[in-house]
Amino acid sequence: MSHPALPRSLAATPRLDRWVRFDDELAVTVWSGKVEIGQGIATAIAQIAAEELDVDIRRVNVVAGDTTQSPDEGYTSGSQSIEIGGMAMRQACAEVRALFVAEAARRFEVSVAALRVCDGSIGVAGTDLATSYWELAAQVDLARDASGVAQPKAAALHTVAGSSVQRRDLPAKLTGGAYVHDMALPGMVHGRVLRPPSRGARLEGLDTGTIRAMPGVVAVVVNGSFVGICAEREEQAIAALKAARAAASWRERRSLPQSTDVRDFLPAMRAERTIVGRKGDLPVAGVARRLAARYSKPYLAHASIGPSCALARMQDGHLTVWSHTQGPHRLRNQIARAMALRPADVDVVHADGAGCYGHNGADDVALDAALLAQACGRPVLMQWTREDELASSPFGSAMLVDISASLDGDGEVIGWAHEIWSHPHSSRPGSGEGVDLLAAWDIDPPFAPSKPKDVPLPGGGATRNAVPAYDFPAHEIACNLVRESPLRVSALRSLGAYANVFAIESFIDELAAAANQDPVAFRLKHLREPRARAVIETAAKAAAWTPGRQGDGIRGRGIGFARYKNTSAWCAVIAEVAVGARLEVQRVIAAVDAGEAINPDALVNQVEGGIIQAISWTLKEQVLWDSTRVSARSWDSYPILRFDEVPDIAVTVVSRPDAPPLGVGECAAGPTAAALANALYDAMGLRVRDLPLTPERIARAME
Amino acid sequence: MTLRTLRVNGIDREVTAAPDTPLLYILRNDLGLKGTRFGCGEGQCGACTVILDGRAVPSCDLPLWSAEGHEITTVEGIGREGALHPVQQAFIDVQAAQCGYCCDGIVMAAVALLDRVRDPSDEAIVAALERHLCRCGAHTRILRAIRVAAASIAESAAP
Repeated sequence: MSHPALPRSLAATPRLDRWVRFDDELAVTVWSGKVEIGQGIATAIAQIAAEELDVDIRRVNVVAGDTTQSPDEGYTSGSQSIEIGGMAMRQACAEVRALFVAEAARRFEVSVAALRVCDGSIGVAGTDLATSYWELAAQVDLARDASGVAQPKAAALHTVAGSSVQRRDLPAKLTGGAYVHDMALPGMVHGRVLRPPSRGARLEGLDTGTIRAMPGVVAVVVNGSFVGICAEREEQAIAALKAARAAASWRERRSLPQSTDVRDFLPAMRAERTIVGRKGDLPVAGVARRLAARYSKPYLAHASIGPSCALARMQDGHLTVWSHTQGPHRLRNQIARAMALRPADVDVVHADGAGCYGHNGADDVALDAALLAQACGRPVLMQWTREDELASSPFGSAMLVDISASLDGDGEVIGWAHEIWSHPHSSRPGSGEGVDLLAAWDIDPPFAPSKPKDVPLPGGGATRNAVPAYDFPAHEIACNLVRESPLRVSALRSLGAYANVFAIESFIDELAAAANQDPVAFRLKHLREPRARAVIETAAKAAAWTPGRQGDGIRGRGIGFARYKNTSAWCAVIAEVAVGARLEVQRVIAAVDAGEAINPDALVNQVEGGIIQAISWTLKEQVLWDSTRVSARSWDSYPILRFDEVPDIAVTVVSRPDAPPLGVGECAAGPTAAALANALYDAMGLRVRDLPLTPERIARAME
Repeated sequence: MTLRTLRVNGIDREVTAAPDTPLLYILRNDLGLKGTRFGCGEGQCGACTVILDGRAVPSCDLPLWSAEGHEITTVEGIGREGALHPVQQAFIDVQAAQCGYCCDGIVMAAVALLDRVRDPSDEAIVAALERHLCRCGAHTRILRAIRVAAASIAESAAP
């Protein structure tokens, strides 16, 4: 049965009782498939439900990402949790409210229009007649499909959605245990896995006898090249892991490129070239000038502060895994396949983890935990090490972008070509035919991973944001997809948009400079879309951008802009920098238009975080390697931004309460990178096209 | 394994563990104080910070034997839901977190700083967080929260 009028997730799970239930004690439970990963979605979902049902938000209990009860909403990714999950919840609650109001109208023999809902009580206006959701719960059968007929409230009536409600998960997190890492079960043991030192390394030998004899060791599980340890106490598991690491011998391949420079190795690899976007014909006549430039971005690590963790229990043939996964239903099926269990015999229950910025180790560690729980017959809290987190999680793909533009005699862009080299940007578990979990490739017999494939446009992986937002008369976008990657790659916040926007927005600045025009004015000249213009103008005004002002050899300012995915939030970022021994970011001003803001402060928080993380990527981060192994293994070998490097940040939200809400988790990444590179150029006249903008890179550019 | 006595959050607690066990695991697994978090195990990220005799220190590389005889304070010892420490309250008022994983260690560093310096400069606050990492990018809010906490402590101390 199809429900064309319903939001995507509600169409997939149309039964209303899968979304909403009125509980005893005047509470409401709502089920969501979109999980809390540090972005505040649990609070936003509660706001949406409270608003649409007209109940106090304190009555709303959100259960998310539990395969025993929550709807399957795929992955919590792509800045889509409000756009998709939130809008499904809004429609589901509107339907539920309408059914209850209709039942109350029948009971009181009044028209629906005469009824008012206030904190769950449904009353006839101007009378004492009243009932409630809870009183009517037995009469209104929610075991029915959403109709698509009920209308959510008009934006003007919103009081809870649209307000900066405080995050509901923070008090617990600021006073003690609140993460999957902090869970405990009776009889639980502590798990560690000895990860192969490099991708594809095979275990040649390990004397497990001495490790089994160590204090507290409950089990040493060797299955092919998978080595897991369970111990009574955590420090005993750590000691056993250390001993196993020293004792194990591995067969490794020298499989990594000789050069760690993206410009060297990426174009040399086998690629499939496709034209992914074309508008008009690139000009052959009337071209006064043609410019071209090549930009690169290295592999990046997720580098969460809390290494991945999972708790698993095998009881009477049923496996339960508590996990900070982004996709509990997909993970359930993948674990079932890897362990030859029926999906019905596996449940995955979401539990909060440390910050998640894409496909990290969360799913991998869940299978580790499950394998160990099965092997040792006791619940296992499986904790990755810092080294595991940095070196074994998937990385964001390295990318290379060539852009060329044709200009007419007035400096107007009349043709634009954008060509990408990149690996695929998503290898999430369950996205292909294989088993995409680390341990599954190490056990004997091993499972094959899915064939690498990229996310197609309009969302795009490598091609995300490759189509310029500017109104150029002609463009051609090509992608050279390098399917095989020397390092394990998958989704990292904003996928290819980070590199594509960095390249586009750097190049636009180069064109503006070539045309001797102000970067803001040059952008606006090529942009008709009012919402795009508005964020640029708002940021420029907030930053007191003075056209034509030049940097002074030390200080400079730069702008970057994009509409995320070309379909989501508009964001403009202006950076002010000072260049000394390093590139110091002094102030960042941003403007964002994300349509209706469900929680304006949480929205600003996400954009601030996106900016700071992108500053870290852009100034400091790159995954390096020797011929065999990744060298990112500690905070020494993979440094990230520190408190003394963080600028003042001011984010302005362009208010559009009547426009559909758009996700903001990823919109600032690309614009921030470009704003920094453009500010460096403004300050020093140095154009650095290869990330990160380290002191070494800047020094080299000065030579 | 030996029996040791630790003074944690003002109470003497007996624990039995190997003397070189990092304090972090004693706090989390023996004493159930899970606001002290594992981040790197090498004292490089600050997620496991506790206050030891008034100083903020990482607990992941601090052996049990060396913690004995000292006054140890964890995030559970400074406040709880409904009775938050001004620093915890300020983190909530400012919404100075995204995932929150780094926050308890930072809260402890801030408490140690504010116990020592009533009205710290911005530079002093940044210096106190020198050993702390945050990946979500909550830095500017965290710095603001600590300034708000300092002001609120000063206000409540005023005659």
